[in-house]
Amino acid sequence: MAGLGVVYRKEFVDSLRERRAMLSALVFGPLLGPVLFAVLTSYAVSLQIDEALQPVEVPVIAGRSAQNLVTHLYRHQIDVDHDRFDDMEALREAVRQGDADVGLVVAEDFSEALGNGAPARLWLIADTANNSARPSVARLRRALDDYGHAIGVHRLALRGIDPSLAQPIEVLTDDVSTPSGRAILLLGMMTYFLLFSTLLGGTQVAIDTTAGERERGSLEPLLTLAVPRTVLVWGKLGVTFAFMALSLAVCISSFAVAVRFLPLAEIGMTANLTPRVCAGIYVVMLPFAALGAGIMTLVASYTKSFREAQTYTGIAMVAPPLPILLVILNPMQSSALSMLVPSLAQHLLVTDLVKGEGLDPGLVLLSATATIAVGLACALATVRRYGSERVLI
Amino acid sequence: MIEVADLTKRFGKVEALSGVSFTAADGQITGLLGPNGAGKSTTLRILCTVLAADGGMARVGGVDVRANPVSVRGRIGVLPHNSNLYPNLTARENIAYYAALQGLAGSALEAAVDRMVVRLRIGPFADRRAKGFSQGQRIRVALARALVHDPDTLILDEPTNGLDVMATRVLREVIRERRDAGCCVLFSSHVMQEVAVLCDRIAIVAAGTVTMEGTADDIRAATGRDDLEDAFVDLVGGDDQEH
Repeated sequence: MAGLGVVYRKEFVDSLRERRAMLSALVFGPLLGPVLFAVLTSYAVSLQIDEALQPVEVPVIAGRSAQNLVTHLYRHQIDVDHDRFDDMEALREAVRQGDADVGLVVAEDFSEALGNGAPARLWLIADTANNSARPSVARLRRALDDYGHAIGVHRLALRGIDPSLAQPIEVLTDDVSTPSGRAILLLGMMTYFLLFSTLLGGTQVAIDTTAGERERGSLEPLLTLAVPRTVLVWGKLGVTFAFMALSLAVCISSFAVAVRFLPLAEIGMTANLTPRVCAGIYVVMLPFAALGAGIMTLVASYTKSFREAQTYTGIAMVAPPLPILLVILNPMQSSALSMLVPSLAQHLLVTDLVKGEGLDPGLVLLSATATIAVGLACALATVRRYGSERVLI
Repeated sequence: MIEVADLTKRFGKVEALSGVSFTAADGQITGLLGPNGAGKSTTLRILCTVLAADGGMARVGGVDVRANPVSVRGRIGVLPHNSNLYPNLTARENIAYYAALQGLAGSALEAAVDRMVVRLRIGPFADRRAKGFSQGQRIRVALARALVHDPDTLILDEPTNGLDVMATRVLREVIRERRDAGCCVLFSSHVMQEVAVLCDRIAIVAAGTVTMEGTADDIRAATGRDDLEDAFVDLVGGDDQEH
């Protein structure tokens, strides 16, 4: 097997000197992923903070006839704009167009009804299909409910009735999620980036060593040498694996650095990407690099040119992280069955790690075995491909 | 010694070889001469074990290429058509890679590579990366890596394509040297003058079969033509043949 070391060394040196391979292993995936992640997360966090603190401006028609209500809204960080609309139809159109998030119309007989103890009417004008307006609508609705409740309590008290009689049940919510558990909502995205940059880091090498070699006319003379094809394929796979493993390491490190600059604490989250957790993530994810090397080398070995290989490996790159999307839509816990699905297994285990929950060594071993087995099947299929004359013609 | 008998090969609907037979002896240069698409490359690729024949027999040094391809690969040196170097490796690294894969190591490898660098006059560009080499430089390095393990059989597919005069001279010198050392040299060409100058024996290939085999004199005598080019045109089926 001396030939294996020879092939490995040659392909490694060759790839180190290939700028495209180095860029995709060390820069594109590993660094752009965390940067994009940081930008998205900071944006999401700042939105969440803003929503709670920023006053909402609400156009109101006939609000001057309900001064107590307006004062109440003002205390709840809702600024009333009396002058923007006079006409209910114009206000409805503005909400429909998204020019205003929400509007309020006070009935002409509002004060009178209130004074008589009859239901006083308000029209809340909202577009429930407009997601970005939803927080403003919810805040206005809550403020109005509070106002109504306060008046109700006041009326009962005036009549000598204990207001708590009108409140038969009281629901108390106890949020048991840990700060790092809440961070999962954001860090769930991280595993996707990790898997993606692992694949990206070695795909260029997989293409260079197979389709690229063939297109350059270096493959045919190589195949006339007295080296078993198995040795050639394993040497190439080894280098692709090494680049993917390197890319994964760089990506995890850059994530660990990136989360320090995110204002996660301000929304009650912590991200515990300690060196220990990072090492755990690396161990859990490394088998995926073996799978990725197998898939990408196999796909590229079936193509005839660099460009064709890029097309097909591009498609292949989308497939492995798909199970993660499934989990985001339909959350599940780590189980023996889920460990058999590559990428899903890594996602669930990394999620456990980041949540600060312990790992079951049995599950880790099972996921590694299942994932490596699929990679091995791809490797054997590539060896078969190289044993056939079709790899040349 | 290369022996080929009744070799056939199809690619889908195209019949590339329809019964190729010839022999190439040790200590001789044998030329496969024929128009483009006649089946020369396919024949050589079967001998190099990178393609499998559908039928017939091919032996290199008495070893059947199908039964024992790895043993055949160990004794041949090959220069495929349009073969290329690794552009990110230097000339020396390209040669050393093949030497190592052929089982050389340590000082024996160093010595073999140095010998090739000197013999093929690669010295001035030996430590430059192959990216940007001229066609002549590329062929010399490709030949060096094919010869570095000192094979007893040499298979060259259109080696002189696109070469300048100096590179062609080096190539011819090396081919003759190998012949004189007792190697079996088989090379293909569609250039008749090339074959006439270099070859001891000629096999003319047309439409997937060998139409005549012998020395240049044999061929002139058999066709009744004084000019080898006229004889060639007769044997491949006339001026109007299009492949």
